[in-house]
Amino acid sequence: MNFERINEKLSILADAAKYDVSCSSSGSNRKNKNKGLGDASGMGICHSYTEDGRCVSLLKILLTNVCIYDCAYCVTRKSNDIKRAAFTVQEVVDLTINFYRRNYIEGLFLSSGIFKDANTTMERLVAVAKKLRLEQNFNGYIHLKSIPGATDELMKEAGLYADRLSVNLELPTVEGLKLLAPDKNRQDMINPMTFVKNEIILYQDEKRRFKKSPKFAPGGQSTQMIIGATPETDLQIIHTANDFYKDFNLKRVYYSGYIPVSQDARLPSLQSQVPMLRENRLYQADWLMRFYGFRADEILDVKKPFLELDVDPKLGWALRNLDFFPLNIQTADFHAILRIPGVGVKSAWKIVEGRKFTKLNLQHLQKMGVAVNRAQHFISFANSFIKTNLLQQHNLKDIILGTVKSKYQTHYSAQLSLF
Amino acid sequence: MITLLTYDHSLDGFFTAVFEVYEYKIEKAEIRKEALEKPALFYGLHRVITDPKKAERVFKKLKMLLGEKGIHQIIYSLLTEDEHCERPILEVIKYAIANPEKKVLSNMTNQSVLKLERYTKQVGREKHRMEAFVRFRLITDQIYFAEIEPDFNVMPIIAKHFAQRYQDQKWLIFDQKRQYGLFYNLQTVETVEMDFSDKTKDLEMLGNDEDLYQNLWRTYFDKTNIKARKNTRLHIQHVPKRYWKYLTEKQPF
Ligand code: SF4
Repeated sequence: MNFERINEKLSILADAAKYDVSCSSSGSNRKNKNKGLGDASGMGICHSYTEDGRCVSLLKILLTNVCIYDCAYCVTRKSNDIKRAAFTVQEVVDLTINFYRRNYIEGLFLSSGIFKDANTTMERLVAVAKKLRLEQNFNGYIHLKSIPGATDELMKEAGLYADRLSVNLELPTVEGLKLLAPDKNRQDMINPMTFVKNEIILYQDEKRRFKKSPKFAPGGQSTQMIIGATPETDLQIIHTANDFYKDFNLKRVYYSGYIPVSQDARLPSLQSQVPMLRENRLYQADWLMRFYGFRADEILDVKKPFLELDVDPKLGWALRNLDFFPLNIQTADFHAILRIPGVGVKSAWKIVEGRKFTKLNLQHLQKMGVAVNRAQHFISFANSFIKTNLLQQHNLKDIILGTVKSKYQTHYSAQLSLF
Repeated sequence: MITLLTYDHSLDGFFTAVFEVYEYKIEKAEIRKEALEKPALFYGLHRVITDPKKAERVFKKLKMLLGEKGIHQIIYSLLTEDEHCERPILEVIKYAIANPEKKVLSNMTNQSVLKLERYTKQVGREKHRMEAFVRFRLITDQIYFAEIEPDFNVMPIIAKHFAQRYQDQKWLIFDQKRQYGLFYNLQTVETVEMDFSDKTKDLEMLGNDEDLYQNLWRTYFDKTNIKARKNTRLHIQHVPKRYWKYLTEKQPF
């Protein structure tokens, strides 16, 4: 192996792949077979964290950054004057195996520029996965990017070797896509997603009947949208995400704050900041929908199409719905408790268990991990003399914000002026 | 009047001590690791001799009363090696034995129950960290070798993960703090105790591509980072500095 050359390729192709925010290795259930190498079961592991604080779980690279397309938001676009490189199939296999054996990674996340046409590119990605599985008896995690426009046959093969497949929607709306990537169309992205979704259902059904039937993308599908490159509202974004969760059984929708890569009149300027706070708020809203039982239209509506930046969406909802509170912590329903600002899913369970034994007080809640300086305003206690309820105060929001410091405070002041 | 029961740090030893608390009807009992200094004020001293039969009986009883989860919490709490970890464990055991009809572990308002929860969480986090932060390097004899210095004694609970994952390569994980390791010889995993302090250098005699792969990994780590999103606080929160010593990506090129 020519290490110097490999090192150069790795520099270029890891750098080009880093804009894909997903690095998750969770959701699969692959066991180590016949004394082979690796497994991919359970939660997935972050083996390290980059200096920007993101999980490093998979070797995330492009097979090549040669691309025939010219999507404005992408560093790899044809018209961009950058160094190009391409790995061979064997080189990717060797890197993956050698990193995996040293416990650096959970597996491989392989994507690619579209170097000739969709099928040739997809074929090459599948070849890597196939080699890893069949020649190396590798049972670690494999995430392949589905190339829009690839045939069903190729997608089928991909699903047999990969744990997860994903197509990036790139932009939250069809109009955005037209503007920034005129050669691409939404339908080409939706086709492989639909195919994969149906195959997953089929295989799961088969699995139920025949224990030995093969797996098909056991880690499911995910997608990613770029936030802030086009002028969509949060409302549009949340609804797109919601539709895709529903229609395609997606495991995750990722939101990626646009990082300026190009001087282009259609895009925010090169000097603009990455909208990290907005991205964070979208993830919070996403969590509320998936784990806290909130509906999209409770979080945002047409009159208020953007998430507030100074409060998280859960606190925002609580402040808009003060008549829902205070909740009696001793008797309130589990789903209602989930809506109290400062109470997470775990602590909600603890409250429901703990109150069977005793009348809960603030100290109990604190010990259970509740953020009480936030939660206390929305709770009442069984026959308690302490009057913590400030619900009637006009400045409740300021009172709460005064006691908690946002980790994004610095971004927040700088970005607020944009809206 | 407090009676001090000392035991040999083993799980069986601890369960034997619990057995004897009941056997001798010791009302105010304090179970403590043998090697630790005795507290200034105690009255009776009782040295527990580990007895697997007694331990087994306690184990069965607790499994019935507290379930898998309870056993798990007790084992994890002991692995903290905390000087006083036996106290809340004994409290919870007494509480469970006195109230066989209650699911005492879900009483989140009981201090000792919460303490066990916290211990379990801490040790669980350390286990997870070690499964993530172990960095093997290929040394002589085709052995993948890693050193660690975990906060808690997690070796017994990480063995399974590595044994399942790495079945076709020899590996050795060595706890430099506690001076013992796990070695997988392609057949079974065994505990090894040896002095690695100066031998490590010889072990490194490798004519293979080890350094080169380490460099590739550092290149990757550097390139996958997005500078425009730099967030050192978050980085250090996830990868606290005390772990950097053995992390390949944290060593200079
Ligand atoms: S097709 Fe993909 S790689 Fe090519 S320019 Fe568009 S987004 Fe970038």
